[in-house]
Amino acid sequence: MTSARSTLTALARSTALAGLALAGLAAGLVMLAAVLLTFLVGLVIVFPPAVRLGRAVTRLQRELAARWSGIPIDDPYRPEPPPPVPQADGWYRDGRTLYKRPTVPAFNKRWNWLTKDPATWRDLAYLLSAPLAGGFAAAAPLLATAYGVAWAAGGNPVVGAAWILLAVIGGRWYAPWAVRLHGQVAAALLGPTEKARLAQRVSRLDAARTEAVDSQAAELRRIERDLHDGAQARLVAIGMTIGAAEQLLESDPQAARALLGKAREASATALQEIRRLVRGIHPPVLAERGLGDAVRALALDSPLRTHVTIDLSERASAPLESAAYFAVSELLANAARHGDATEAWVDVSTQGPSLRVTVTDDGHGGADPERGTGLRGIERRLGAFDGVLAVSSPAGGPTTAVIELPRAFRVRPAPLSPWRYLGRLCWALWPIPLFPQGLVAMVLKLMGSPVKSWFLGLRVSEPFQWPVIMGMILLGGGLLAVALATTARTREAEGGACG
Amino acid sequence: MRVVLAEDLHLLREGLVALLRAHGFEVVAAVESGPELLAALVGERPDVAVVDVRLPPTFTDEGLQAALAARRQVPGLPVLVLSQHVEQLYARELLADGSGGVGYLLKDRVFNGEQFVDAVRRVAAGGTAMDPDVIARLLASNARNEPLGRLTPREREVLELMAEGRSNAAIGQRLFLSDSAVGKHTASIFAKLGLAPSDDDNRRVLAVLAFLNSK
Repeated sequence: MTSARSTLTALARSTALAGLALAGLAAGLVMLAAVLLTFLVGLVIVFPPAVRLGRAVTRLQRELAARWSGIPIDDPYRPEPPPPVPQADGWYRDGRTLYKRPTVPAFNKRWNWLTKDPATWRDLAYLLSAPLAGGFAAAAPLLATAYGVAWAAGGNPVVGAAWILLAVIGGRWYAPWAVRLHGQVAAALLGPTEKARLAQRVSRLDAARTEAVDSQAAELRRIERDLHDGAQARLVAIGMTIGAAEQLLESDPQAARALLGKAREASATALQEIRRLVRGIHPPVLAERGLGDAVRALALDSPLRTHVTIDLSERASAPLESAAYFAVSELLANAARHGDATEAWVDVSTQGPSLRVTVTDDGHGGADPERGTGLRGIERRLGAFDGVLAVSSPAGGPTTAVIELPRAFRVRPAPLSPWRYLGRLCWALWPIPLFPQGLVAMVLKLMGSPVKSWFLGLRVSEPFQWPVIMGMILLGGGLLAVALATTARTREAEGGACG
Repeated sequence: MRVVLAEDLHLLREGLVALLRAHGFEVVAAVESGPELLAALVGERPDVAVVDVRLPPTFTDEGLQAALAARRQVPGLPVLVLSQHVEQLYARELLADGSGGVGYLLKDRVFNGEQFVDAVRRVAAGGTAMDPDVIARLLASNARNEPLGRLTPREREVLELMAEGRSNAAIGQRLFLSDSAVGKHTASIFAKLGLAPSDDDNRRVLAVLAFLNSK
């Protein structure tokens, strides 16, 4: 029953995909017409809507590939340009020209965005070839049925019924495969190219860097202000008080003593302020003991009963440790403040080259990273290190926050395993038995050449010559095969570690 | 009384030496780095050591590590640790062996020479001297501790002073209470926290700290 249903679903899907391919072809033709109009006639106005149409169809294709074939495809497009911003005098600059209204500069920006994005042209190519690239395969059961109906209508119901039966029975195996194939073709043609992926990553990193630099500058300004208004001002006051006490020392020792006491109090306050400031900049325990003990110290200061597990093989870089520390601090504070929690669990561990921190509490949940400014702040801080924060906080709890900082630790090259040694040895040795001792000796033997040189196969007595030559060829081939196999194996292992 | 002093800042070291000498201590060694400190502590076996947490060569927690190492070699060696900041974590490590004779104070406390010297004497006698800041943070992290919530404000004050390591007499002096009143408060505190009463000041302090640290 279920298999019948899934067959029907697959048939319906493949039919839909075939229809979509046709729609895509239509959209592709529209786009092609728009391109021709634009570049031959100069009718630039029609270009953006045509591209928009093409993108709508390919977006649907991507969604269906993800939903029906289980192959998620990322958007390959470059980010949309921001709207033009007027200059101080109210005009809009575009290159060397000034415009009174933003329409033309906005159009130019969009024009550049659309024409210079290779994804636009890949979309067009895909749409035009869509019926061939997967659409035809998806439509096969439908076409077979239609063919059968045509036969039946033409007065040959037996052949027609046979075709229809073939389509229905064959469809059972064929249709799911066709849907999957369609998804794979779409992924290959509609996904971002390596270049586009890198471009997206660069623009993301650029944004993260700008944010990091901005927040760092703001932080420095805050520290400067705190020092200026706090400790610095107090030190000035202390200096003045001591000066006054000095003058009174002879004439009024009592008053001098009182002033000195005041100076001492002021210095204690200044110390307190500096201490608080230092804690906010770089907590002393973090500097003295590293992330593990700093997190333990946080746990001790938290009103929650906090259980800490640390599994760190080495220390990460100081800025990264600091980001992780402040994230844990904020998460624990959140748990104590909002979550109504009594207990918390913090787990800090090395996961290959990355650092993972998990903070769980038994509060009532409902934390939302979109709304909490604290969680946004953590994300910003981590963003500078490519780190991510994932929060799971269903209503009713528990709340679990996972921080992952990739490349927190240096990855040491894996020690040479015996396999690798073997692989290298094979790579170095395989040509010797295969070429001079094997193939060259064979040619010489076939030609009946008197040369014996250092070819083992020609030096041994007559009955053993052919077996030795063949053995050499087999040995060389075998060594090459082992070399290739071990290389593939290590590649695979390294690829797994990096991914 | 023989003292070993470890402090890397020259001015502060000289000041502390002068302060301690003025109060009748004999400073047998005034060192400025971790390795020197460990050697002096094990070699001189002083009656008490005054140690800065952050010392050369690493400028991390060199002083604390040397003090802990020395106490492992010479159990019960009285050590008073000074620092620019106080951490519960370090306080726990100092108290971990449960033998007393430890102190952990902010550096600011040397401003008040009398009280500081009093703390040094207390540690030398096997008592404890915990900074009010440590105790405040300890109590803050115990904010949801059920039995603590049952203490009256007065009892809480007594508890704070007791946790700092002060004797009944000193607590009475601070809060303007008679000895017997302090005794009554302590008995009530111990009953509410479910601790076994004790007449010995030092043991009582350690019991209170152990209770607060058991969160």
